[in-house]
Amino acid sequence: MEKLLEALQQRILIMDGAMGTMIQRYKLDEAGYRGSQFRNHPRDLKGANDLLSLTQPQIIEEIHRAYLDAGADIIETNTFNAQAISMADYGLEPHVYDINHASAQIARKVVDTYSSDRPRFVAGSIGPTNRTASLSPDVNNPAFRGVTFDQLVDAYYEQVRGLVDGGVDILLPETTFDTLNLKAALFAIQKFCADRDVRLPVMASITITDASGRTLSGQTVEASWNSISHAPLLTVGINCALGAREMRPHIEELARIAPIYIHCYPNAGLPNALGEYDETPQSMSALLRDFAENNWLNIVGGCCGTTPDHIRAIAAAVRDLPPRQPAKVDRFLRLSGLESLTVRPDSIGSNFVVVGERTNITGSPKFAQCIKSGDLDGALAIARK
Amino acid sequence: MSQFLNLIGSEPDIARVPLMIDSSKWSVIEAGLKCAQGKSVVNSISLKEGEEKFRDQARLIKRYGAAVVVMAFDERGQADTIERKVAIGSRAYDILVNEVGFDPTDIIFDPNVLTVATGIEEHNNYGIAFIEAVRQLRQKYPLANASGGISNVSFSFRGNKVVREAMHAAFLYHAIHAGLTMGIVNAGQLAIYDEIPKDLLELVEDVLLNRRPDATERLLSFAESVKDVAAGVSPAEAGEDARLHTSVEERLSHALVKGIIDHLEPDLEEARTKYPNALSIIEGPLMSGMNIVGDLFGSGKMFLPQVVKSARVMKKAVAYLLPYMEAEKAKAGGVSVRGKVLLATVKGDVHDIGKNIVGVVLGCNNYEVLDLGVMVSAEKILDTAEKEHVDIVGLSGLITPSLDEMVHVAHEMDRRHFDKPLLIGGATTSKLHTAVKIAPRYSHATVHVLDASRAVGVVSSLLTDKRDELVDATRREYEKLRETHKTRDITLLTIEDARRRKPVLEYGKPARPTFFGVRSYDDFPLDRIEPLIDWNPFFQAWELRGRFPKILDEPRARELFDDAQKLLREIVTKRLLTARAVYGFWPANASGDDVELYPDELRRNPIARLHTLRQQQETTTGRNFALADFVAPKDIPDYLGAFAVTTGIGVAELVARFERDHDDYNSIMTKALADRLAEGLAEVIHREARRAWYAPDENLSNEDLIAEKYRGIRPAPGYPACPDHTEKGPLWTLLEVEETIGIRLTESYAMWPAASVSGLYFSHPEARYFAVDMITRDQVENYAARKGMPLAQVERWLAPNLAYEVE
Repeated sequence: MEKLLEALQQRILIMDGAMGTMIQRYKLDEAGYRGSQFRNHPRDLKGANDLLSLTQPQIIEEIHRAYLDAGADIIETNTFNAQAISMADYGLEPHVYDINHASAQIARKVVDTYSSDRPRFVAGSIGPTNRTASLSPDVNNPAFRGVTFDQLVDAYYEQVRGLVDGGVDILLPETTFDTLNLKAALFAIQKFCADRDVRLPVMASITITDASGRTLSGQTVEASWNSISHAPLLTVGINCALGAREMRPHIEELARIAPIYIHCYPNAGLPNALGEYDETPQSMSALLRDFAENNWLNIVGGCCGTTPDHIRAIAAAVRDLPPRQPAKVDRFLRLSGLESLTVRPDSIGSNFVVVGERTNITGSPKFAQCIKSGDLDGALAIARK
Repeated sequence: MSQFLNLIGSEPDIARVPLMIDSSKWSVIEAGLKCAQGKSVVNSISLKEGEEKFRDQARLIKRYGAAVVVMAFDERGQADTIERKVAIGSRAYDILVNEVGFDPTDIIFDPNVLTVATGIEEHNNYGIAFIEAVRQLRQKYPLANASGGISNVSFSFRGNKVVREAMHAAFLYHAIHAGLTMGIVNAGQLAIYDEIPKDLLELVEDVLLNRRPDATERLLSFAESVKDVAAGVSPAEAGEDARLHTSVEERLSHALVKGIIDHLEPDLEEARTKYPNALSIIEGPLMSGMNIVGDLFGSGKMFLPQVVKSARVMKKAVAYLLPYMEAEKAKAGGVSVRGKVLLATVKGDVHDIGKNIVGVVLGCNNYEVLDLGVMVSAEKILDTAEKEHVDIVGLSGLITPSLDEMVHVAHEMDRRHFDKPLLIGGATTSKLHTAVKIAPRYSHATVHVLDASRAVGVVSSLLTDKRDELVDATRREYEKLRETHKTRDITLLTIEDARRRKPVLEYGKPARPTFFGVRSYDDFPLDRIEPLIDWNPFFQAWELRGRFPKILDEPRARELFDDAQKLLREIVTKRLLTARAVYGFWPANASGDDVELYPDELRRNPIARLHTLRQQQETTTGRNFALADFVAPKDIPDYLGAFAVTTGIGVAELVARFERDHDDYNSIMTKALADRLAEGLAEVIHREARRAWYAPDENLSNEDLIAEKYRGIRPAPGYPACPDHTEKGPLWTLLEVEETIGIRLTESYAMWPAASVSGLYFSHPEARYFAVDMITRDQVENYAARKGMPLAQVERWLAPNLAYEVE
């Protein structure tokens, strides 16, 4: 942890690029994914990339090496989907701990052989799962949820346990399209750290999916930051989705409002009609150099579609630029719904925050009646006022 | 709970704002926290069931990532006195911050609003207890917030809306001034403090503030009487009878301030008979009503929800008038569009009243308005502007952070090589801010538009051949914001006549300084200067009107002042600037309008000659001053002092640091503060000089010093009493200013570093500041001869003072 903090003080650290894009190059078939251990598994396993840490560890190791050779300081474990909720698609829930443990060990082993010239680190990748806790998948029932907070916490807890036991340096909940999922991951991490009495640096990474600057679940960048700023984080940042060009204003905003380190690892642009990514190592590294020149970056790398060539170009592009110093931010109560709300106690009156009274069963008999009789639409009508 | 919150989560209108999860059941709170992706507030936890439970719940809330309301309850029950409320609040704060690791900003105290006027004597002080507890807790823990359930206070008057609403408004008013930052209030039913009838207000405040023993009875009997008359009608609707006796303007204004739409249409119809057209109703009575709303809001006497209600009235009125305006427009014949204007309230801001009015007014004048609404990101504004080929981009905002966003938009326009004019408007914007922070970020025209009524003028100029003219004028104006020119037409005396009117002063036996020659400091402690800073010019520099410290009631001034204090702290503690000073005294005598300085009391060979100018205008006192008048003529031994100080050493480095950051604000702030410090240092050194000369026992307060209530003056060359900058020349030689403390004079006799002050010390009790102002050629010729300087050169230096054209 000290080595990591020291390195962050000195320079912009480089993260690796895409794992999936690299795995695709091996063109594995169903048998390749199954290996010998899962020959008789009852479901198709092709596409279960995280499983390769158990069945094809040499491939994962090779990819890690390619990125470290390209100049990465931090590599991500092959565990993006390795929790029970996503693994249920393949019937692999019982193997979640083993996948995480093995993935972390592979990365650990490779990194240790590289760390002689300068320290390198393993970040345990924790994806968003394939369910969202804030949105209903059923248009006819907006209150329905595909997954609950408690289910997410349990799934993440198990993943974190495997990653930490396998030896990761950093935990990296990433590609967050729903902040409630991220809050569950952070909840699980905090719980795990309290239970084990350990401390691990956490990088929290959100994903902005539409050009207006909101997450899939509708939050603005600042609202999302307010939602997670309670957790002890090493960095906050944005990854995946739109690519560096469209990410620019959002990274700028995050760098302005967050008093901690900032990371960023975009896709190589958006997939084109052929499903390929358009940003070349040159074009992408030029965009990211602009971020670094603006003093927005502490850690930078690539996400979907990026390769060791991209990482090499990015590392070269930011090599001579200083790391960002975390922003100084005024200390106010900062809340959020889909948007942020700052309560500034230093100004009298004009910033006074009025809390709605009519959705309170003791304050409003009408609302109490709606709730008791199960008339949630009626209750909603009151809240809307 | 989960079901309802999940539903809420799917309603963007509701989900926009943070949730307060309010339950006495922990399991319900926890269920709520598991549904909220935003950062919510838990209401509430307390020490009611002991520290252990409190700690456990707090730890979980922290892990869920919510702020928390702490009620003033402990194991002994509800706190009802100031002392217990504060003690419990402090105990809870200590556990939360020091044991659980809560961020202090995430703590919200609720010191319990309890019902007053219950007839039980112990309850009479409940109002004060809450207000005082809020005050003390906020003072002790300034990072934390305070909240309360306001309607509890008036429970005794259930069913009487008039009294209850007045009580809530008055109670909130006092609590907010004590530091209350949040409140559970039914905003739809709240009277406005200033509009509570005075008699009712007094009765209500007597009760709330426990001002007299019979307060409850008096309010009760009043309550009975309003019940009879108004039968539960709120004060907002009470003045019905008065309607017919007021002017239509007053009625419209009332409707806007109160947010009442009931009589809007008949009132607007009446206004249409009185005003020439629909537009003039909007620009007249409706706009002035909205101005009142803005003022009340700004001074904390009205709250946002009420403002929104007012806006609704405004929108409704505009909508009602719109067809008439369309008709007026059609009659005016112009159907061709004169240009395309994009309007947007910038990202992070939801206020669009002003912008909408601008849109309406522009629309009425045949401009096509592309209104992107509120909370519009720079990207969207600029993408749309590009796609739609708009002619002008207009940004609006009401809250202070919008200013930064506008700067950002301007910056982005530059980055994307825009060249369309940028208009800035909205309550919080200003010409000053536009000039200082926005315009420099954009290479093309940036114009601040003061109000909607000026929007048409500006837009039409920008879209016709008057464009260059306006752009140039604006650019010049922004560059010279602080320069004012006065041109007056006055008759002047000849210099001979003016000399005949020189004041007749008693010189007595002038005090002799305790030393002759110079003294200097090369690192004067900054913290000794700070108390003598005069903040008024600071606010003037930033074009904020008002006197310090009262001006700080204004949030903009407060914010500026806070920013200044923050930087000042850094400057003082890290010694980022160096303060240096030099001053000295010499035997001196007046010789005509000049002053001769001598090396010693022999007063034989002058070492310097200072030249002063005499007023020539007809004055009401019948006296025409020159600075030389304050020094005794040759037969009386008199003395003169001089000084130069600077606090500008280090400014360049600090400014460079900010400029590297593109932080113009702090760069300017640095200079503004350095200027204030320089003036403060001049004050400190002047006091030292007076004590060393004629006022050894002077002991004035800092305020009196800043107000210059001491004897003597220190006019500076280049200022009204002594407008010739070149008179700094002899001063620099006498004091060896450059060698001793490093202030250089530029070829224009400007001091470098800029944060420097220099001048002369005059001791005469009647010495005072005056303005030489305009002078005629006879004095200028005489002055040039005395100085031994070619006339043309003198005329150049004194150009602003010449009452004649130079050939």
